[in-house]
Order: sequence, then C-alpha cells, then structure tokens
Amino acid sequence: MRIPYYPGCTLSTKAKGFDQAARQSFAALGIELAELKTWNCCGATFPLSRDNLLDLAGPVRNLVSAAAEGDKLAVACSTCFNVLKRSNLVMRNEEDKREKINFFIEADYAGSVQVLHLLEILRDEVGWDNLAKAVKKNLADLSVAPYYGCMFLRPPKEMGFDDHENPQILENFIRALGAQVADYPHRAECCGNYIAAFDLETTREMSYLILASARKAGADLIVTSCPLCQFNLDRWQQDLAMKHGGFRPIPVLYDTQLLGIALGLDTTTFDLDKHYVDPRPVLAEKGLI
Amino acid sequence: MAEHETPITRVLIIGAGIAGIQAALDIANSGYEVVLVEKEPSIGGRMLQLSETFPTLDCAQCILTPRTVEAGHHERIRLMTFSEVTDITGDIGHFTVTVQRKPASVNWDVCTGCGLCQEKCPTKVASPFDRAMGKRKAIYTLSPQAVPNKPVIDREACTWFTRGKCRLCEKVCPVHAIDYEQQATTTQVEVGAVIIATGYTLYSLQNLGEYGYGKIPDVVDGLAFERLLSASGPTAGKVRRPSDGKEPKQVVFIQCAGSRAPETAMPYCSKICCMYTAKHAMLYKHRVHDGTAYVFYIDVRAAGKRYEEFYHRATEEDRVIYVRGKVARVFRDGDQVVVWGADTLSGASVEVAADMVVLAPAMVPHPETQRLAEMLGIPANEYGFLLPLDDNILPVETTRPGVFLAGAVTSPKDIPETVAQASAAAAKVLSLFAQWSGVPQAMETPVGAEAS
Amino acid sequence: MKRIGVFICHCGINIAGTVDVKRVAEALKDYPGVVLATDYMYMCSDPGQSLIRQSIKEQNLEGVVVAACSPAMHEVTFRKASAQAGLNPYQTEIANIREQVSWVHQDDKEAATRKAIEHIKTIVEKVKYNESLIPLSLSLVKKALVIGGGIAGLQAAIDIATAGYPVVLVERSDRLGGHVGQLSGVYVNFNAARDLLQSKLQAVQANPRIQVFLETEVEELGGYVGNFTAKLKHRGSDGSEPTFSEHTFGAVIVATGHSLRPLSKFGEYGGGRYPDIIDALTFERMLAPDGPTGGEIRRPSDGQVPRQVVFVQCAGSRDPEHHMPYCSKICCMYTAKQAALYRQRVPDGQAYVFYIDIRSQGRDYEEFVQSAMTQHDVLYVRGKVARLYEEDGKVIAWGADTLTGKPVEVQADLAVLATAVMPAEGAVELAQKLRIATDEHGFFSEAHPKLRPVESLTAGIFLAGTAQAPKDIPETVAQASAAAAKVLSLFSQRELVAEPTIAYVDEELCSGCGLCIPACPYQARTMHPWKHKAIVNEALCQGCGACVVACPNKACKLRNLTPSHVLAMMDAYLAEV
Repeated sequence: MRIPYYPGCTLSTKAKGFDQAARQSFAALGIELAELKTWNCCGATFPLSRDNLLDLAGPVRNLVSAAAEGDKLAVACSTCFNVLKRSNLVMRNEEDKREKINFFIEADYAGSVQVLHLLEILRDEVGWDNLAKAVKKNLADLSVAPYYGCMFLRPPKEMGFDDHENPQILENFIRALGAQVADYPHRAECCGNYIAAFDLETTREMSYLILASARKAGADLIVTSCPLCQFNLDRWQQDLAMKHGGFRPIPVLYDTQLLGIALGLDTTTFDLDKHYVDPRPVLAEKGLI
Repeated sequence: MAEHETPITRVLIIGAGIAGIQAALDIANSGYEVVLVEKEPSIGGRMLQLSETFPTLDCAQCILTPRTVEAGHHERIRLMTFSEVTDITGDIGHFTVTVQRKPASVNWDVCTGCGLCQEKCPTKVASPFDRAMGKRKAIYTLSPQAVPNKPVIDREACTWFTRGKCRLCEKVCPVHAIDYEQQATTTQVEVGAVIIATGYTLYSLQNLGEYGYGKIPDVVDGLAFERLLSASGPTAGKVRRPSDGKEPKQVVFIQCAGSRAPETAMPYCSKICCMYTAKHAMLYKHRVHDGTAYVFYIDVRAAGKRYEEFYHRATEEDRVIYVRGKVARVFRDGDQVVVWGADTLSGASVEVAADMVVLAPAMVPHPETQRLAEMLGIPANEYGFLLPLDDNILPVETTRPGVFLAGAVTSPKDIPETVAQASAAAAKVLSLFAQWSGVPQAMETPVGAEAS
Repeated sequence: MKRIGVFICHCGINIAGTVDVKRVAEALKDYPGVVLATDYMYMCSDPGQSLIRQSIKEQNLEGVVVAACSPAMHEVTFRKASAQAGLNPYQTEIANIREQVSWVHQDDKEAATRKAIEHIKTIVEKVKYNESLIPLSLSLVKKALVIGGGIAGLQAAIDIATAGYPVVLVERSDRLGGHVGQLSGVYVNFNAARDLLQSKLQAVQANPRIQVFLETEVEELGGYVGNFTAKLKHRGSDGSEPTFSEHTFGAVIVATGHSLRPLSKFGEYGGGRYPDIIDALTFERMLAPDGPTGGEIRRPSDGQVPRQVVFVQCAGSRDPEHHMPYCSKICCMYTAKQAALYRQRVPDGQAYVFYIDIRSQGRDYEEFVQSAMTQHDVLYVRGKVARLYEEDGKVIAWGADTLTGKPVEVQADLAVLATAVMPAEGAVELAQKLRIATDEHGFFSEAHPKLRPVESLTAGIFLAGTAQAPKDIPETVAQASAAAAKVLSLFSQRELVAEPTIAYVDEELCSGCGLCIPACPYQARTMHPWKHKAIVNEALCQGCGACVVACPNKACKLRNLTPSHVLAMMDAYLAEV
C-alpha cells in the first residue's frame, strides 16, 4: 500500500528521527509513506481569524498537492495533522471560503482528501491485531505512558476520531506493541505549548505535572506524536530534577520510534541519542536495543 | 355536614387568573358547575398584562384569550367578576359562600359592550392595568378583549362621583345601561369544594430606597415594562421611557429587587424574574437594534424546559450584557439614570449611565389571600403564602378537607407550573365529585401475566 | 341559489377603526347569493348573536358568513347561534377580517377595506358549496393506561382510580416507586423519601381499581383517543418466554421518568474508572438508611469515611459543547441537601460545592441553600471543575474560582457528580410506538409549553413527570395530578364528539394506488381488504389535507373544502385582480 505522506518542517529538521522511524516502520508493515512531491509549511497553527483567509492558503496548497497523488494524506506530527485536517474541513464545508481560497491559489479543491494521522492508519488500515503480530521484540516489561497533548484531539467536533477527554488510541497502540500502559490522569493536559517562548517557568511547571504524574504511575518512558510536546516535556527535565527533589527524569519518545523498536528495526537513524533525556539506558535495560 | 344530605358537586374558584381559569375549564368540561369569582371587572389576571411569554415568545394575549373566551361562554361556569368572597362557612361537600359584588355603576344585563362610553368619557387617569405607563378613562374595561367585555365606573375618578358633574356616559349610552345609583350586592352560593387561586402581587419597591423607584420616573418595574413591550399596551409595543417618551438606548435590568434579600426585604427567590428579565432584554434588543441592555444578577436561574437555551440566546444572539453583581445605588443625573454596582466576577465597580432602569420586584401573595386563609383556617407562612399539606406529595391539598390551592398562592411559580398545578387541583375536585355522584365502574377481568 | 347572510362585526374599534364596515356591508349587499349584509358593534355579544338568529329565521337564510375575528376565537359561538336558529352549524363560516385584515393593515384603511370585501366574498363562495354535516360520535372506553410506576405514575393512577375509573399501571422494573424509592430524604424538610412513597404505594395497593403489572412494557399501541388498543409484554420469570396481553384504553398517561448521564461519558472526570468519583444517586444510596452502607458515608475504594467531599454541579448539564445544553433543574437543591446531610453525619468533614449559578427556586429553597452554607458550613465555590482524577488515594479536583479568578485545586476523599438528567432509556422508541413527539434530547414534547404542559400532541395521550423535562418531586406530583385531570375530563363525556370536516375518498375515482397511506401523518389511512380502495379512519383523521395533495386521481377530498370550494374561492379572490 502506498499513501501520500506529509512530513512537515520539524520532521525534516529537528525531529528527523521521528520521520525516519515512521517511514521505516510503515515500510516494515507493508505501507509506503510516499512523501509529497511538493509541500510547504502547514502554518503551525490553524488560523482562527475570520477574515484573513491568506493563512489558510498555505495548508490548503499541501492538500491540493496531496489530491494530485491520491485520496489520502498521512501525517505524523500532531500539530501538522491538526492544521491540515481542520483546513481540509473548511474546504469541505464552507463554500464561501472555499471559493475565495481556490481563486487565490488557482486551484479547484473541495476537501476530497482524507487527512489521516499515522496512529489512525495503524488502527484502521493495519489493525491492532495485525500490528501485534508484526511485533518482534518483547516489550512486556516496559511501562509506557501515553501523552496526547492538546492538538491531537481538539477541537473534538473537528478532530473527532477519539474521545478528547478519555482517549484510547495511544493506549491501544501501546498494548498492541505488547507494552504495559501506565495509566495517569494528565495524559491529555497541555504541556505549555508556545508559552515556552515567553514564560518558561509556566511551561516547565505544566510539563512537570505531566512528567511527575507519569513517573508516579510507574512509567519507564512517555510516548507522544507531537514534536513541540516532545520538546517541552524533554528539554527541562534536568532543571526540574534540581528544583523538585526526588524527581527522576523520564525519556520522551515519539510513537514511531517505539513502533520501530518493537518491530525490531535498526534504530541508528532514529536519533535516539538526540533526546535530552537519553532513552537508551532504559531501552537497553529492557533488552530492546 | 349532615350525613344524609348529598354533597354538592359544584366548586368555588377564587381568582380568575390563568390558574383559576384552567381549573374552572377542567372541572366544567368534566360536567360540573363552577363559580368563578374575580375581584377585577374581567378575567385573565396577570397573564393578560404580559407581552410575550418565554421561552417561545408566544404573545400572551393570543394564547390566553381563547381560554378567557371559553370560560366566559361556558354554560357550566358562572363568572362573578368585580366581586369578592366575604364569607365561607360549612365543610367539605357543603360550603356556603357569600360573594359581594362591587357596584359597577353599569347595568351589565343591558350593556352591549359597544365601548362608546369609554370613547366619550372626558376623565383620564393612570391605568393600574398598564402599571401607570398609560391612561384609561374613568369608565373602563381592562382591555378591548375583556371577558366579560362590560365596563365599570371608577368612582374615585369619575367627576360625577367626585364633583357632581358630567354624566356624559349616561347621555351617550345607546341602551341606557349607566346606573350611578347601583349598590353593592351580596349573593350566596352553595358549593362542595373550594380552590384558592388568588395569585400574587408585586413587592412595594418604594421600600427599597437605593433604586429610586417612585422618585425617578424612568425607573420602572418589570410588569410596567411588559406593558411597554405589549403590542396592545399604551405604546403599542414601542419602548418609550415614561419621563419624556424618548426611546431608551441604554437599559439596565436589575434582578432580585426585594428577592433574596433577608436583611432588607424578602429572603426567598421569586423564581420567574431571571427568565422574564432575559425575555425583556431580548425583546428590547429586538425593538431597539442599536440599544444596549445590561442585566445585573446574582445567579441566573434558568431551570425549566428550554429555559437555559433561552438565556443563552439572550447572551449570544441578542448580545445582552450580563453583569454578576448587586446594584448599590440608582440616581438621576440630568436626563439619565446612573446605576452604581459591583461586578463580582472582576471585582471591579461598575457604573452605567442609562436611559431607563427596569427592576424585577419580588413576588408577594395577594393581600386578599390572608383574609381568605383566616376565614378558611389554612396556615400561611410568614410572608403570607398558603401552605399545602405536604410540599412534596400533597402540593395542592390543604389542612382543610375540600379546599385546594393552585398557582402562585403557595409560592412564586411560572405559567406552566401554575397551569399544571391548577389542573392538579381540578383533579382533586373531580375525584371528590366523582365519588359523590357515583360513577365507578366494575374492573374488567384481569388478563395476562399477573394471573400466573 | 343559496340564501346567504353576511354579518360584519366592528369588534369595537378593532375592526371598524381600520376597515370601513359600512362600505363593506354596502359592497356585499348585491353580491350574488347574498340576501342580507349588515354590520354590528359586537357580533359575539348577546344582541349580536340574536341578530344572527333572528335574521336566519326571518330571511330563511341557508348560509351565514360572519366577518369578525379569527375562527379560533368565535367559530364555535357563531355556529352554536346558527344551530339555535335551526341552521346546520356547518353552513356558518367565519371571514377573519381582524387578525388577517384590520390588525395587519392599520396604516392603510383603504386597502384594508378592499381586502375585507374580497375576503368576505371568498367565504361567501365557500358557503355556497358547503354541505350540512353532522358531528361524528366515537365510543369511549373509560379505562386508563399509566406507563411508569414512579411517583408520577403512582399519583396519576391514584387520582384516576379514586374518581372511580379503572387504571392499568405498567412498570418495566420489578418494583414500584422509581427514583424516589432510591432517595434518602427529600429537600427541604429531610422527610424520609420512603415514607412519602409508602403512602402512595399503600393508596395504590388499597385501590381495587388499579391493576399493576410489574416487569411489563408496552409492546404496541394502536387506535385513537377513547379507543386505544395496547399490547403489553410481560417479562417471563427466570428467562422463560415473555407473555403478551391485549387491552383497550380510553386514555394513556406516559410517566416513564428519567435516567442519568452515565459516568463513562465524562472523560474529564475519569470516565468511570475511579472508584471514588461517583454520581449523586450512588451517594443518595449511601445516605439512605436502607442503602448498602446502612446510611453511613463510606467511600467505595476502601470503606473509609471521607473527610473531604467535592460536589460537582452541572456535570453534563449546561454544557452545549460536550454534553447536554439544558439545566437539569434538581441538582442545585439535592446537592445542598446531600452536602448538609454529609456535614451532619461527618461533623469534622469538609464539603465543597462547585456551581455555576445556584438555582434554588421554590418555597424555602433559597433559605435551604443559605442554611447549607451558614449552618452546615458547606463551602460553595463558583466555578466549573475542569478535571477530576485520583492520585495517591485522593480525588483531585481542578477548577477555577470565578469570583476570585484564581485556579483552585481541592484534594478530597470522594467526589460526587450531579450528573445530567436524561430521558429514560428507550424513551424515543416508546414515543414512536405511541406516535408522540420528543425533543432533540428524547424528552416527550408537550402540546404547548405554557398552557398545555401535560398534553401530548396526540389526543388522549398525556404526559407526567420527568419524562417531559427535568423536574423535582412537587412539580412531578402536581403534573401527574394534572394529567389525571385531563383523563377525568375526557372520561366524563358520554361519548366523544369529533369534527366532521375531515377527509373522505371518492371510491369511483380511487385507483387503490396507496400513495395516501404514507402521506397521512395520523395513520388514518388503510387499504380496504378486498375492494382495494383507500379508506379513512374517521377517528384518526384530523382533516389536514395531506392526502388531497398526494392523491393523483383527485379521489381524496376534505368535507366542505373540496376542489369546488377552493376553485370558487380562488375565482372570487382573483376576480378583481
């Protein structure tokens, strides 16, 4: 199976390991993630202003490219996924905006593409049972805390593929890989997002709440599919450990990295060494790398 | 009651507002006679004063007048308007009721209700029905759709009674119905059961000095604002402030004026104000598109079918500005009315220079209720609301067998609740009458699973 | 040609102030068929009515047109007056020149007068074609079906049976009493709910006219007001096959009550996975002396007495984004009651109540909540709880205090959710069986929100209690009695009289295509078993005319509104254009 694939900027720069792990894992599962021939930045935030349609032109151009290559578009990054999926809904449902944007970018696009997150593809195209069968490593000793963040699930009426307050898709993913799910209450709480740019202290404390809670639930590591969440959760753990006595740093992996490990792939291109909290010791301890 | 006498299957209903009318229709339509006593010249009560009703914005008159007409024409309902119950003796099955009719100064048996006398009468006084937002003549009916549509003379206003001059109505009446000598008359009726549905009146806002009611002409109460909104009201539904007739561009609505105020007025909640204020603000915005409506509230109480949604509509679609807080003072500044209050959500003080202020006064029982309660020996609470036998499971029954309660006489209530309660009181009366007149039928032979 | 009289009402100045009634009378005088056209100040007054009666006799009128207010107001009045003078009432029609003319054209008297004239001519044309009709009479079974054995159903059954009529009360579960039977005490007097219920249960048991079927549901309901046929399904004991029984009823009261929004729907509050986050009905069982803990407050996880309890109001109510948009009405009061009872039983415990608005509307309700705050030291926090979770054996509530604008975090031992009141399970399916409407949430729709709160839009089917909308016990009991009053009114009639102005099928023209059967919104159409012609159930037909539109052969007609009527009326209207 071949599915057009939108990597996005972060996956092409800071989070290459996320991207590599995605492509290789899916290839191992028989799905080719075929990078779009042309693509540009998704905009990184879904534009909420009612009158400035220009901000929608960027993401829509990607959708137009995707439409030329197939009827589906696979996305790995939660933020890109959020922006593209919602932009697509605008094109599908809002006639007035659709006409103006099409006129501006000289296209004729009406939201035909299905924007899918990689986890959705695993759930709906591969299936959890098939995924479980493809797993090569034994993750039974590994306790994994799912972290959703905000963009993946909200706004619920638009994203709508899982209960935004009580989501299950990451849990099912972790279980399919054979690992333990660490159940902790803050899996869909905000990590601090862009607040990090101007109020580091708030972001750190917001992240701390999530990290400490996951640790308390016995997690060995956290998985997420959002590069910004990954950064916020990962980056400040040394500082947090200094500030909050007794806090033990916890590695934060991308979902595709854990997928690749479970499938027994070679992890050299996964950039596991680029994480601030090195996941390799715990992975080695569990016999996974 | 004497045991050998058959109880009387006729009911007395005191008060012909929506509660009394509903109970009367339910009972009369079941084949029993009703005596419906009303102190005003015509029936319909408070509901006839309303403009449109929440949450559907149905016109109150449009939905009520078919009922008043039906009650007025019903062959088993005896209307006794402009009348008061002065005495009730006896017990369940055999009450003897004395009803005194005030002198209308018009012979209703002759009057055709043509309205000529009202047209020609030269004396105008502030209309209590219109809450003084408009005027009426000294000879008047409450509204053009009054049931019965017969006028009475206000002897305190009529110049013939005050100064011995005029008699114009007598001259113009084509059927010679005017009777200046008419006296009060007393009638006795025998009934088997009684329903008290005397409704409510409004708390005297003059007691609350901080709002300036009675001193500042552009501070009015909610019922007066209803009259301004009503298509058949004194301004034909146009919002005009009383002082100079200008269209107000800023209107402040103040809820809980005298309600939820244990220190200064009534400690209880009057139940209907949150909803009618939302309606007032909404209707005001529908009529004055460039106007601004502020509502000062403590809690927004929108508990009822589609009520919460209605309140949302007021804030979201009609952009009514809700300010959570109490108003400390209302005073006049030039031709404006200034409202000082506190926004308890922001903690900041608020000042609004308004053109008009509308107060939502507390509901209190009608003063007549106390006398009736004493006459019948029914307990009332300290504010005068009559007490049912049990609030939860016997909400319309009283300590006095054969006497039932309906509507706002027991506590503040909105229209649907009042109507349901009135029908409930009717059910109690119908059950009694059915037992007395003996309709029971044999139970059919049981069939089905219970046999096993 | 029919001799028709036209009577034009001034309605005081309501009509005459805008419409030149004299000119209207003049214009109608010479209209074909009109032998008399006159005006009067108030046609509905006694002299006005006697004018009509007298004219019918003196002029031998065969048809009457009263130009006045809406037929909703006085059609009955004038038809009755005509009948008194010996004229068939269906030869009298109203031309509405008030609501449809004078009131809507107050600023153009000339146009209003012309419109009134045309309007009346149209109705004169209609009367020319009118047949003399006789009202239909339908038989009436004086026995009621009450669906639901909660406090509403019990009260309705008692009121109807006390008046002497037999009642069948069906209850889906294996006990009567509904939710009231699960409560501890009631606000505002803490009276034991069981005692209140017991008095009603005894009244039901003591009344030989009430027949109770437990574990029974309505399988089918056919027929119409006065003559419903119900098929009841009785659950078999110990998994045996269900049995069925059939009954006829004259009226039905639907009192199926409510359910609560399940905890699984509240992802933000743990979705039901934390044992110490419970709903208020579970807490109510804890408070009840006959409950699982014998009235002791012990949290589910470890049986400890909770020292801090968080009560969360509006859990799923007033939340159009994620849950139900409406207010559940009862939660503010029972939460105050529960918090007060908790403080009484755990004097050193702390109770927090998170609320949006406190809705304490009823006699002594406001005072009751105040006493919870002042006498029982319940801490009220104005704000929504964003999240509830358990960690280290504590329930943690995150919220915002909207009065201080600060975030609040409370560590408690137990959280009690005032979950939204929802329609009973299966309400929508039941509504379909009964052919009554529900709102978008599944609550049964009343005929009119203000003045007909206990009637459904289907004649003979009435509503009581929370099946119609959330409400508390006093309101439910009053509504149940009100529904009973409607049934008693119905049963007091000797027979049912129905309007004859309904549809009929011209058998000569009917091809038996059957298009009218699905078109009829009242299920009044069936196919004759062997003639293969459509037939009208006269009791069900409301005369709406949907079949007339659907019929390709013009075989469906409405009495006194046939194509001949309508074409003649159109001709009169368009004559001057």
